[in-house]
Amino acid sequence: MQESDQREQHPERRERSGAASGGPEQDPPTTARDAAAQGAAGTAAHPTPEQVVAGLRATSEGPDLVELLSPEGVFTPHPDYPLEVTAELLQGLYRDMVLVRRFDREGNALQRQGQLSLWAPLLGQEAAQIGAGRALRPTDMAFPSYREHGVAWCRGIDPAQLLGIFRGTDQCGWDPAATRFNGYAIVIGNQVLNAVGYAMGQRLDGAVGGAGNSASAAGAGADGPDGADGPEGVDGSEATIAFFGDGATSQGDVHEAMVFGAVFDAPVVFYCQNNQWAISEPVEKQSRVPLYRRAHGYGFPGVRVDGNDVLACLAVTRWALQECRSGNGPVMIEAFTYRMDAHTTSDDPTRYRLADEEEAWKLLDPIERVRVHLTREGLADAAFFERVAQDADELAAHFRAACYALDSPGPDRLFSHVYSGEHEQTRRQHAEQIGYLASFQEPAESGR
Amino acid sequence: MELDSSVLIMGEDVGRLGGVFRVTEGLQKDFGENRVIDTPLAESGIIGTAVGLAMRGYRPVTEIQFDGFVFPGFDQIISQVAKVTYRSQGAFSMPMVIRIPFGGGIGAVEHHSESPESLFCHIAGLRVVACSTPQDAYDMLREAIACDDPVVFFEPKRRYWEKGPVDIGTPPQGSTFSSVVRRPGTDVTVVTYGPSVAVALAAAEAAATEGRSLEVIDLRTLSPLDLDPVLESVRRTGRAVVVTEAPRESSISADVAARITEEAFYSLAAPVQRVAGYDVPYPPSKAEHHYLPDLDKVLDAVDRTYAF
Ligand SMILES: Cc1ncc(C[n+]2csc(CCOP(=O)(O)OP(=O)(O)O)c2C)c(N)n1
Repeated sequence: MQESDQREQHPERRERSGAASGGPEQDPPTTARDAAAQGAAGTAAHPTPEQVVAGLRATSEGPDLVELLSPEGVFTPHPDYPLEVTAELLQGLYRDMVLVRRFDREGNALQRQGQLSLWAPLLGQEAAQIGAGRALRPTDMAFPSYREHGVAWCRGIDPAQLLGIFRGTDQCGWDPAATRFNGYAIVIGNQVLNAVGYAMGQRLDGAVGGAGNSASAAGAGADGPDGADGPEGVDGSEATIAFFGDGATSQGDVHEAMVFGAVFDAPVVFYCQNNQWAISEPVEKQSRVPLYRRAHGYGFPGVRVDGNDVLACLAVTRWALQECRSGNGPVMIEAFTYRMDAHTTSDDPTRYRLADEEEAWKLLDPIERVRVHLTREGLADAAFFERVAQDADELAAHFRAACYALDSPGPDRLFSHVYSGEHEQTRRQHAEQIGYLASFQEPAESGR
Repeated sequence: MELDSSVLIMGEDVGRLGGVFRVTEGLQKDFGENRVIDTPLAESGIIGTAVGLAMRGYRPVTEIQFDGFVFPGFDQIISQVAKVTYRSQGAFSMPMVIRIPFGGGIGAVEHHSESPESLFCHIAGLRVVACSTPQDAYDMLREAIACDDPVVFFEPKRRYWEKGPVDIGTPPQGSTFSSVVRRPGTDVTVVTYGPSVAVALAAAEAAATEGRSLEVIDLRTLSPLDLDPVLESVRRTGRAVVVTEAPRESSISADVAARITEEAFYSLAAPVQRVAGYDVPYPPSKAEHHYLPDLDKVLDAVDRTYAF
């Protein structure tokens, strides 16, 4: 059952049919995939009465999960989200995920070696990010939170440019305007409102509703076989995508963003990576209903996609962006995935979650299923995998070298761009700091 | 919490994890999920529901994870927390504590090193306090919980790892929401609070080797200010330096300097000097040493009071 046609249907009907599709009577999961689809409590056979009361029942339903590539690596086309799957596409997505995972692991290692003050790992979320990232056109705008290293990769940002934030030398190491990838947002939910405003601007500028319009009425794949992620797109239409976590959905900012997005028909995709945890708090501490279903309350479609399936993430995000470009936005996507590592390198997940749960999700690894598929279908040979592994090593070496090379900023960094132009107070305080530093050079004349 | 069953703890990750700084570690195990509440990730939600709980007779102790994350709850603090007692003419009191780890110097990423205390001091109806020693952290937090007013409780996160003995048997004499002299001295009054107390004490130590005696006063209560001990000290020393990490303009340091000038002008041998953070957004952590007041900046300010 898909939510994609939700707009056309009476909302109450959808609600009821949705409610009928799951519930506490649901069978216990028998495979890891079912378990995963049932959420954080997936490894427990039956929800306890307490869990049901807490609303876990509602967050653990999974029949609506859109999946194209199974954990066993079997591809099944989806009627609502068609995708032309070529060897080239699969190889590219595989390579992306392997490279991103490789430098992500390097980020962890660099933090452990004291080179970074913090790293926010994306392990396990590669498919959710690469799928969404590869669905974007260069003209689309992305508003990340702080873990979107994979999306950054797809925006053409050198991973080394991500390091400044985590090493403490900078707060945004890339040009957010030129790359159309905004700076990382750390205050939970802030960026989602900003994304909606940006999308409102796209609409005001007339950058939606171009030639994509008629194609999108037919459903997905509006840009044809080449995909929406082709060069510039033909119609000049744009969309915006906002990334946020499951925890963020509790913030007023995210709620308000959805209200604004809806009433102003903003061309915005709300892309929630539900990785099951907000630091130590499981998703049932945030919601009694599956997150994607919240979209219905605001009046736009919500789709839950298997966030460990890169093809499903790509196909659904492509469809959603095209909905936006054609003037039918917003859309919410819940990428149902799992944070395999700690929240950040300062976090200790053993304090709050069970190893069992991690083990279950390991079987759903987003990279492994593509590798299995490529191998089984004979779409890639050993030389390909060897080449990707080599590229990954080279990227990691570059990443590490770039980290060592990052210089600590001097006082100029404090005082530049506080205001758009020269500012007397800033100038005076800058001079004060320069004078202070110079005082260490001068012969001691102050009597100390 | 043992003594008063109306005391609740609320915040993100305060339960099973014990808070990101582990300040509430083990409490959920002892007091259960109804008294140590892991809340949804929403600061306006935490503060706003705490308002209602306080109206209902509870004493919520809320935790904001980091200084930079209080702002989603700022509206509730200004519009409701600070004004319920006034608006209701005392029909409702607002016995709420808002704990905020604050200040820089831990090498953190953006929004994790801010000093927003002055923003709260500008709001009538709130009590704003900052602790600087383990003993004070204990005594002041107890007083904050017992207080029928809302207390914004700032904890210097740079000092979380500094251990010290805490006497939990002897109740403090008088209110801990008062200024204290941390180190007596005769030449210059150094007024400070929170993370900068240690910096000021180090400066006093260094100054002593040069024959200057600094008196270090820890404000502890930032709003309302307890300035009598400061004024008394300045009348003796004739010189004052105010030290804080917070940006300098429109701040507590501005207020302290103004009040000293207003009330002890004829005792002053030199204008009051301020050592504060610059008026810029908090910089990337590898540049924060340029931003944070250090020992030498304090000593330079002391020099300026002599050079006048
Ligand atoms: C407003 C705000 N409150 C608290 C925090 C501290 N914090 C950082 S990440 C996080 C959990 C976020 O969880 P989620 O939204 O699910 O995203 P994830 O990190 O799992 O990707 C919290 C509580 C913050 N950054 N901003």
